Amino acid sequence: MWTIIVQIFPYAIAFTVPLLITSLGGLFSERSGVVNIGLEGLMVMGSFIAAYTISVLYPVLGDSAVWAGLALAMIGGALFSLLHAFASINLNADQVISGTAINMIAGAITVYFARTITGSGNIHIVSGLGRWDVPLLHRIPVIGSLLFTQTYGTTWLVLAILLLSWYLIYKTPFGLRLRSCGEHPHAADAAGINVFAIRYIGVMVSGAFAGLGGAVILVTYSGEFNGSVAGLGFLALASLIFGQWKPLGILGATFFFGFASTLANVSQVIPELARIPGFILKAFPYVVTLGALILFSKSSQAPRAAGQPFSHDKR
Amino acid sequence: MESVVEMKHIRKEFPGIVANDDISISLHKGEILALLGENGAGKSTLMSILFGLYAPDEGSIFIQGKETVIQNPTQANSLGIGMVHQHFKLVHNFTITENIILGMEPKKGFSIDTASAAKKIRDLSEHYGLNVDPEAKIEDVSVGMQQRVEILKMLYRDAEVLIFDEPTAVLTPQEIQDLMLIMKNLISEGKSIILITHKLKEIMAVADRCTVIRRGKVVGTVKVSETSQGAMAEMMVGRTVSFTVDKKTASFGEPILTVENLSVINSRKVLGLSKASFTVKKGEILGIAGVDGNGQSELVEALTGLYPLSEGTITLGGVDISRASIRERIHRGLAHIPEDRQRRGLVLEYSLEDNLILEVYASPPFSRCGFLDREEIRANAEKIISEFDVRAGQGAQTPARSLSGGNQQKAIVGREISHDPDLLLAVQPTRGLDVGSIEYIHRRLVEQRDSGKAVLLVSLELDEILDLADRIGVLYHGELSEIYDAKVLDEHSVGLMMAGVQQ
Repeated sequence: MWTIIVQIFPYAIAFTVPLLITSLGGLFSERSGVVNIGLEGLMVMGSFIAAYTISVLYPVLGDSAVWAGLALAMIGGALFSLLHAFASINLNADQVISGTAINMIAGAITVYFARTITGSGNIHIVSGLGRWDVPLLHRIPVIGSLLFTQTYGTTWLVLAILLLSWYLIYKTPFGLRLRSCGEHPHAADAAGINVFAIRYIGVMVSGAFAGLGGAVILVTYSGEFNGSVAGLGFLALASLIFGQWKPLGILGATFFFGFASTLANVSQVIPELARIPGFILKAFPYVVTLGALILFSKSSQAPRAAGQPFSHDKR
Repeated sequence: MESVVEMKHIRKEFPGIVANDDISISLHKGEILALLGENGAGKSTLMSILFGLYAPDEGSIFIQGKETVIQNPTQANSLGIGMVHQHFKLVHNFTITENIILGMEPKKGFSIDTASAAKKIRDLSEHYGLNVDPEAKIEDVSVGMQQRVEILKMLYRDAEVLIFDEPTAVLTPQEIQDLMLIMKNLISEGKSIILITHKLKEIMAVADRCTVIRRGKVVGTVKVSETSQGAMAEMMVGRTVSFTVDKKTASFGEPILTVENLSVINSRKVLGLSKASFTVKKGEILGIAGVDGNGQSELVEALTGLYPLSEGTITLGGVDISRASIRERIHRGLAHIPEDRQRRGLVLEYSLEDNLILEVYASPPFSRCGFLDREEIRANAEKIISEFDVRAGQGAQTPARSLSGGNQQKAIVGREISHDPDLLLAVQPTRGLDVGSIEYIHRRLVEQRDSGKAVLLVSLELDEILDLADRIGVLYHGELSEIYDAKVLDEHSVGLMMAGVQQ
């Protein structure tokens, strides 16, 4: 059993990380009061931008092209999310519909570009991100082999962003203002806070993070852009709810999904697991999600104003 | 005397209506100025102009003697003007400290310096006798304390002028007393207060001067010490108003409604009403007092069938209706004047005549063989309109939305009484209405009682209960007190019961 865990742990973490960063992006958006179900589309966009950037820059920059791709994916995701921000913040559009539009546009437009560029709908990248053992730490017994061997640089980047986000959300004036806009925008408005600006920031952060998430998938385990992220954006959204809109909560939720999905994926090659029918393992995380969502629906900590357009109260 | 705020010749027009017409007020330093007027008289518009929410069409504002244009609430705040809104603007899952510092957080490095903010709040709270715990979360504290948090917010921002918009609407009588004391503390510390209200008693208790506004114009400004409630009411309404409801002594008949051990688990899965038992007899008004949220909605919804009861029985005219449908209850003689007339009383998009048959549209004479009889419907509407003095621009075909609040309420009262119910359940029947309409609706309720019918009055307005009810019960935390004869109770004793003090 232990060897199985040690074997699949790196894969589980690799699967968790893009989910985690995307879900964290969703957290910024929803905490500011804008529901963003366009995470899926934003991930696709990030994945495409990273793939294109890397394929263009690789001959020039070599391995650094990967990092340039990640950075541009974040910028591109943030810019693309402006569509959603404009529709839901300025035009008071229904945020679910606007988010759905993002998903549809992203899938279509990226495949269109990919076809124009490569001739097929896919963009293959020559070299992904390398894995490395963390010096010294990987020698620690037990956790060394679980956490610090064969790691991607992006894992540490995302964890650093998570910690920074936690600090930002709970300890700084910006965090207090962000949360107030998601709970009671009129209170924030009365306190002189620019609700529109905060919501724009929230949505753009979600765009940047989801873009990064899509790019991380590309440079770690997929290696190829193919116009889809296989529903991970929606899984990130479910993790956000499962994690009750809290940074550490979504760390737990995304890791649960990551581990369970990996278990399902590798089950066929591991004799102990092969006895369990594959579909049960594959369905397991989703069934648990449904159950958890039902359980939490009563005591939900959702930001109260999430999804509601804000306009100045003029009595 | 030195004026901290002066508004001169303010005029503000909205499409089709002049909300403020040449209004001038001045607030002296260290006084409480009451702004008295009926709903829609223009008080709120005037204060919204002062607070920077609206720009006046004409007129000018002087703060500390200097002419100023106030463009937004933030600017009003920086000029030392703070407003305690009727609906609190507090984030429920933030601590009191976080709510107060929101928007101007003290920092230590990159972090919020919560400790020093909490200390400053504690000091302010002690200084003004506000008794607020800076670490408590808003959702865990009483409404009274939430209001004190709003006051602290203003003080934290160094407000010199505090505007209170109908501050007592949500408070228990004891909390009102506390608030009055706090207001007096504030002016003794040199702050100045504008109090928007339509409650004369409160003006008599705390205000120094009172400016009365009627239909967008200033009727006059009086010194409170030199006037009376009656004189102010007359200025406000434009005619003499009787405060006491004339009613004969009640002649009780047999019980119409018997409620036994009624418990309701509400939609939040909380026991909202616990084992309430009472009877309402023919020829009486039974008043249920209590602060909002103490089980009134659960009681009303269980009685009307809008929400299922979890335990107990309701008997109307000898028939158990505990599980009867809403329509059956109506047919058995239950009429309901709902608390929220726009949400539950009327279909705002419908015409007045259609609204007046909402409960009976399916039965003759309004419906024959599945077709509506428009003539009967029209005749019914016209009868109610004339009988209940509903002022509607286009008669029976007026859209319900375009009626004023008072006329919407009169239409509902008319509709319910026209069903000739054995039991009239009136919930907050005069909420947000002007003195004239209140007087009228009170008279109709008493008439209903005098004609031998039963009335169950659920109200948050203590005065209304004391004026109308023959017997009184108090709801507190979902528990109904013993029912007392109204004669043995007064404002003080009911107030204590509303605050949960047993006697």
